Amino acid sequence: MTTECAKGGAVSDTAKRARPVETLDRVVIRFAGDSGDGMQLTGDRFTTSSAVYGNDLATLPDFPAEIRAPAGTLAGVSAFQVHISDHDITTPGDAPTVLVAMNPAALRSQVGRVANGATIIVNVDSFDDRSLSKAGYDKNPLEDGSLDGFTVYEVPMTSLTKGAVQPLGVKPRDAERSKNFFALGLVSWMYTRPVERTLDWIEARFGKSPQIVAANIAAFKAGHAFGETAELFDHPYEVKPAPLPAGTYTNITGNTALAWGLVAASQLSGLPLFLGSYPITPASDILHELSKHKNFGVRTFQAEDEIAGIGAALGAAYGGHLGVTTTSGPGMALKAETLGLAVNLELPLLVIDIQRGGPSTGLPTKTEQADLLMALYGRHGEAPLPVLAPRSPSQCFEMAIEAARIALTWRTPVILLSDGYLANGAEPWLLPDVQDLAPIEVSFATEPNHVDAEGNASFWPYLRDPETLARPWALPGTPDLMHRIGGLEKEEGSGNVSYEPANHELMIQIRAAKVAGIAEHIPDVVVTGDVDRADLLVVGWGSTWGAIDGALGRVRQLGHKVAATHLTHLHPFPTNLGEVLKRYPKVLVPEMNLGQLAHQLRAEFLVDAKTVSKVRGLPFTASELEQAILDHLGGLL
Amino acid sequence: MSEAETLIPVTTRKDWTSDQEVRWCPGCGDYSILSAVQLLMPDLGIRREDVVFVSGIGCAARFPYYMNTYGMHTIHGRAPAIATGLALARPDLHVWVVSGDGDALSIGGNHLIHALRRNVNITILLFNNQIYGLTKGQYSPTSEVGKVTKSTPFGSLDHPFNPVSVALGAEASFVARTHDMDRKHMMEVFGRAFEHRGSALVEIYQNCNVFNDGAFSGITSKEQREEMLIPLRHGEPIRFGKDDAKGVILDPQRGAVIVDVADVGEEALLVHDESRGNAAVAFMLSRLARGPLEPTPIGVFRAVHRQEYGEAVNQQIADAHHSRGPGDLEALLRSGATWDVE
Repeated sequence: MTTECAKGGAVSDTAKRARPVETLDRVVIRFAGDSGDGMQLTGDRFTTSSAVYGNDLATLPDFPAEIRAPAGTLAGVSAFQVHISDHDITTPGDAPTVLVAMNPAALRSQVGRVANGATIIVNVDSFDDRSLSKAGYDKNPLEDGSLDGFTVYEVPMTSLTKGAVQPLGVKPRDAERSKNFFALGLVSWMYTRPVERTLDWIEARFGKSPQIVAANIAAFKAGHAFGETAELFDHPYEVKPAPLPAGTYTNITGNTALAWGLVAASQLSGLPLFLGSYPITPASDILHELSKHKNFGVRTFQAEDEIAGIGAALGAAYGGHLGVTTTSGPGMALKAETLGLAVNLELPLLVIDIQRGGPSTGLPTKTEQADLLMALYGRHGEAPLPVLAPRSPSQCFEMAIEAARIALTWRTPVILLSDGYLANGAEPWLLPDVQDLAPIEVSFATEPNHVDAEGNASFWPYLRDPETLARPWALPGTPDLMHRIGGLEKEEGSGNVSYEPANHELMIQIRAAKVAGIAEHIPDVVVTGDVDRADLLVVGWGSTWGAIDGALGRVRQLGHKVAATHLTHLHPFPTNLGEVLKRYPKVLVPEMNLGQLAHQLRAEFLVDAKTVSKVRGLPFTASELEQAILDHLGGLL
Repeated sequence: MSEAETLIPVTTRKDWTSDQEVRWCPGCGDYSILSAVQLLMPDLGIRREDVVFVSGIGCAARFPYYMNTYGMHTIHGRAPAIATGLALARPDLHVWVVSGDGDALSIGGNHLIHALRRNVNITILLFNNQIYGLTKGQYSPTSEVGKVTKSTPFGSLDHPFNPVSVALGAEASFVARTHDMDRKHMMEVFGRAFEHRGSALVEIYQNCNVFNDGAFSGITSKEQREEMLIPLRHGEPIRFGKDDAKGVILDPQRGAVIVDVADVGEEALLVHDESRGNAAVAFMLSRLARGPLEPTPIGVFRAVHRQEYGEAVNQQIADAHHSRGPGDLEALLRSGATWDVE
């Protein structure tokens, strides 16, 4: 089948529609199926179509840790939620208004999440006795009235897909595998998504196998045509483009934005990027992405373990590279000793923790924010270091650069806390002008900085810059600056091994002062909402920003006076944070942990910060936070 | 000799010696290893600033402080990992790793074998004294079964590692053994290890006179050497003992075995070949002695050419640069689907 032929036929575009199109301001669609059904791919593709169409959007991939749990079981359900809108949005939506369920297990596991009155599209072919029983249904939910509150469309996706694909010579077993493209075609019709780019994408993605290209295109077209011709749906919907600021956009996940931010930091600092990493969910995609960009001089080293990952990054940093290691919670625990060494060596190093549900293996594919106190304190001895956290997928780009700037300027390891939701979630990103990105100044020591008792010039590796307290960075290979560094306590100035009690205390205080001093060089916190007079301040950090922003808008629409601030710098805190916290009678801190930031705020500022906690492996929804804010405003809590 | 080489300043041991006071126990075998390295350095034709000694934790790990080069005293067992990052980032440097039997084979065993199999360009000196010295006398992964130490009052139950066997098992491209009683031999072996492109591992039998005194004297003392050390010399039949009366043959049933040359004839002796692609014969040689109480081979067991890891890493970068041009950040940000909002 040729390309032209593949793209012809039944696929129509919006303009030719005979039936009226109803305009919606937003829709939340959840695709759910077996792990092997390609739901992530389907959701991702629908997202890209919507992004290119100009909608604002946010996504929430939600998949099991098992690569292929037994087919048809609840454990194997993989879902992808996307929120598309004609206005600025910050979350993947609360309850889905549309659920596409490819089998009974998908329906059963997801139906509790969807909104009342939602549209549910099921692949009715998969609702046989065996699949129903695997999903734990005694009776067929399509027949027992349990779905009466929803608008249910029963679509025989498997048989229609087979019918469309088998004439191409595809074996029956393989034919069924294209059914996710049938679903994509159908939903693309329902929401009048442009189809051309999807067809191009199928060709690019599966180009190595012309038969698969043809099968997927045929299935997509069949789904699209089904929507158009079946009398099932009265009319398609449209979500118009959102009025976003002018510029060029791309759709980006947090992990890709982080990887690109690291490449940018490398270019802005003029230092080659070295990533030492060990594969771990949900951080591995950063390693995958960076390993593609060798023409930027990026070295990616897949180490034998987490400790070697950070060790190699530290070794590269000693040699003058921008050393980075990426991991998640269990790996962070293993890196703790090397982080302590980096604190003592006072070398720049980036440690990126894509937090997931813990402790231990916990929920590897689900999100959580419970590594904050580990990042702040999880080393032996007094080992302070800066901790940062991006608030949205696209902001991962600038936070990677910010983390590099701090590490390189103050010669310190820096921890950047992302999480599984930011890592895999996507949103449109207004691309920055590369020319506007500020360079990161890096200076290496080139000459002796001290004269010894005999009058000889020598090099003191711990003779600090009085402004930043950073020590000089002398690269191996520089003549006359040979020196030794290590984990043993150093004498301030000379860097010689020292067991002097007073020197040890001095060094501990200097290292703490160095990190604390960074506060003078980071942005103040910004308060949004009813800045001047609010009854309650919501303080967030990391990926909760979207849900807090959404909730704040709703609560204010109800007439309440509330404000919010969101921290990207968690250590040291911005210098105005204490004053901001004390400005408002109530402080509420939503976190995907049991109250770790609240603990910090209470300890540091003596404010009665209250916690809103959620540790279910899922991000907050705006409505959950709306309710929490209202509860606290009402004085009930 | 290229112009750059002629510019390398002439140095003496003093130039390679730091101003730090050496703090090993008096009589420690580490002193003679340090001397051998400091004496070797002026002969290598390299600059001090291009040399980095990376160490882990243990008595041996203090080594970098005593060298007037760049140095990094890191954490227990991790020196090969840290050195790997440095060697990949900076192929222009000469990176040495100094480690001990606990550091390299116990807590850091994983990093050691992976550095060796990758063939990173680092020279690893493994000081083997069969004891934990810095923690004051517990048994190590190379201690013999039955060893009574502070942590094994009833004798150690652990079967020991043979470091040369471990390295050969990891397919190291250069593996050698020497001992702290023979400076000349140490310098010769260290020099060979330095010249090798890729990972080089040298096991050094080193006496801990405080916690494991005389562990190797049964084979390394002047009186015993002739009968107890089997020198490996590339291209020569493997012989040792008074009048070279003993030798090693490859028996089809028993593998490498020690024989009286008179019994088998000179022609039957195994000719040592460091460059065998298959490490099996070198491995058999490493198993000749079950511990430093039996005739033990020293010298270079294996020296083969295999692509150095950093070279391969940098080649991929150069190839990507060549085929795709230098990285363009603007283009990277636009490499996915993009759209314009007016």
